[in-house]
Amino acid sequence: MVWLHLTDVAVALGERDVVRGVNAQLDQGELVVIVGPNGAGKTTLLRAIAGLVAPRTGTIRVLGHDPLRAPRRLLARELAYLPQHYELAFPFAVEEVVLLGRYARQHGIGLASADDLAAANAAMTACDVAHLATRRFDELSGGEARRVILAQALCQGARCLLLDEPTAGLDPAHARAIFALLRAQCAAGAAAIIATHDLDLALRHAGSMWLIADGRLTARGSPAHVLASAEARAAFGLTIHVGTLPSGAPFAVPA
Amino acid sequence: MRSADLPAVRGLRGAVMSGFISAGAGRLTVKRFVVSLAICVGATALVAVFAPLFGMNTEHGGWHPELLGPRALVAGSPDHAILWAVRVPRMLAALEVGAALAGAGCALQALLRNPLAEPFTLGISSGASLAAVLAIRLGIETAFGSAGVGGASLVGAAGTLFAVWQLARIGKHLPPATLVLAGVTMSMFCSSASVLIQQTSNFTDVIHMLQWMLGGMETIRLATVGYAALPIGVALVALISYSRELNALAAGPEVAASLGVAVGRTQTVIFVTASLLVGAAIAVAGPIGFIGLVVPHALRAVLGPDHRLLVPASMFGGATVLALCDTLARTAVPLHHLPTGAVTAVLGVPCFVVILVGQKRRALLWSHA
Repeated sequence: MVWLHLTDVAVALGERDVVRGVNAQLDQGELVVIVGPNGAGKTTLLRAIAGLVAPRTGTIRVLGHDPLRAPRRLLARELAYLPQHYELAFPFAVEEVVLLGRYARQHGIGLASADDLAAANAAMTACDVAHLATRRFDELSGGEARRVILAQALCQGARCLLLDEPTAGLDPAHARAIFALLRAQCAAGAAAIIATHDLDLALRHAGSMWLIADGRLTARGSPAHVLASAEARAAFGLTIHVGTLPSGAPFAVPA
Repeated sequence: MRSADLPAVRGLRGAVMSGFISAGAGRLTVKRFVVSLAICVGATALVAVFAPLFGMNTEHGGWHPELLGPRALVAGSPDHAILWAVRVPRMLAALEVGAALAGAGCALQALLRNPLAEPFTLGISSGASLAAVLAIRLGIETAFGSAGVGGASLVGAAGTLFAVWQLARIGKHLPPATLVLAGVTMSMFCSSASVLIQQTSNFTDVIHMLQWMLGGMETIRLATVGYAALPIGVALVALISYSRELNALAAGPEVAASLGVAVGRTQTVIFVTASLLVGAAIAVAGPIGFIGLVVPHALRAVLGPDHRLLVPASMFGGATVLALCDTLARTAVPLHHLPTGAVTAVLGVPCFVVILVGQKRRALLWSHA
């Protein structure tokens, strides 16, 4: 079964089609990175897949569900979405914020069960925020907060991950660790779509890359191929040089 | 790099702008849940037992504090009459109304993600007042007594609720911003309309209107408390059952939805339930301010922001505080029963100032961080 199926998807915000004519699919184990200039439609595409905005035309299927019509509780067990911006009205402790990710798996008044705690601890350890567990969320640095939200999304236990700039604001070591973590998750049977501007990390960890320009998927394929393409040059307005370090690791810089 | 730091900056500002002060209490364990709630229930029980026994002895023209003794339990004695016919109904009404207002206020603050949200922000109270004023003006009070005014205020609350809901909703969603806007607009309209009606009423009616609008528990009979108990009880349980949804909504409707919350339905249920609680409370005791605003804030500062604890704790806290305020209202000044609504406001404002000052200090710390 194809995990994610997008057929002729167009999404309008107001009068304007922000995403149009998108056909794509994603299978188990795949890690896809979406790149494109600001305002190209990356976030809107992710939100449409997450069922947070209705497509104007076309169909979206996530593990067979229409994300707009499926019960949110059911969907949340299959699909986790990390938004670009996250504001918490109340100063919950880090551990509480992560445990909010277990909402769809709890019942009644839902004090954390042993399963919930185990999932939350695993996610916090994976995102290197276990040492912050009792700290207040509103007193964290931007990068720490980002990792906490990622832990929240991961402990949903969903197979399909949609992550909007998971490494924004992270230091290089943590950014690399997060990509390695996501690759491991996909190798273990998940699938992920990641919107990012971290081209080096995308180059190293993504199986394939989708380039979005002006709402359209203009190129897709191996990251090195997409970044070096004429479409990427046109989209970003500059040439991206893809090279290899002495260690053998690839890198991408605007030339 | 591009706008990589933007979420961080927004996060910091969000913490200041959100304006909620709160203890950082850590994970809600079973132990903390049980102990905290037991303390709240204990406080309510203590007040419920002793406040009705406490009163002022006016014999020989004096004004002495007096605790009713065992003879109050003997049928036929004057003390028995005072206790069971006057003070117990009044106490029960205060508990019921306080729980309803604080529970509703707590839920609305979370739903609207706004620290100023309270039963009165959404216009429900003003709508109920307008209906009550209209009822007095049209002579419904003369015809049906105070129950008529209570009934009218309930109809007014329901009508305003519907109007605000229609104004605020976008599809099946109730965005906090439009809800506050619709509520404040309706509130202003209803208040102004009330003033216009008062200006064109005769003196006796105006006195009645003012008395009603001050809110109080003086004239409440046990029957009224009984009628209101079931709907208020059901609504309180419904709100408690939505505690986890309120927690998730703290991260905003979109995050709540991706965590698995049916956001549209949740917003509507909480909004309608909280509004009905407010409507019922107003029908029983008139508009009583500040309980719904101050009690949840104060408890959040002590117990932390987790609504699984905060919602029920607010209900017991609201019941306790209103019962205390009402006891104060009938004992503080010799030979006068103060309007309970005025007492809650007079005590509530200093509490609110303390909260506000703490919040500003915190905001200041943030801006230097």
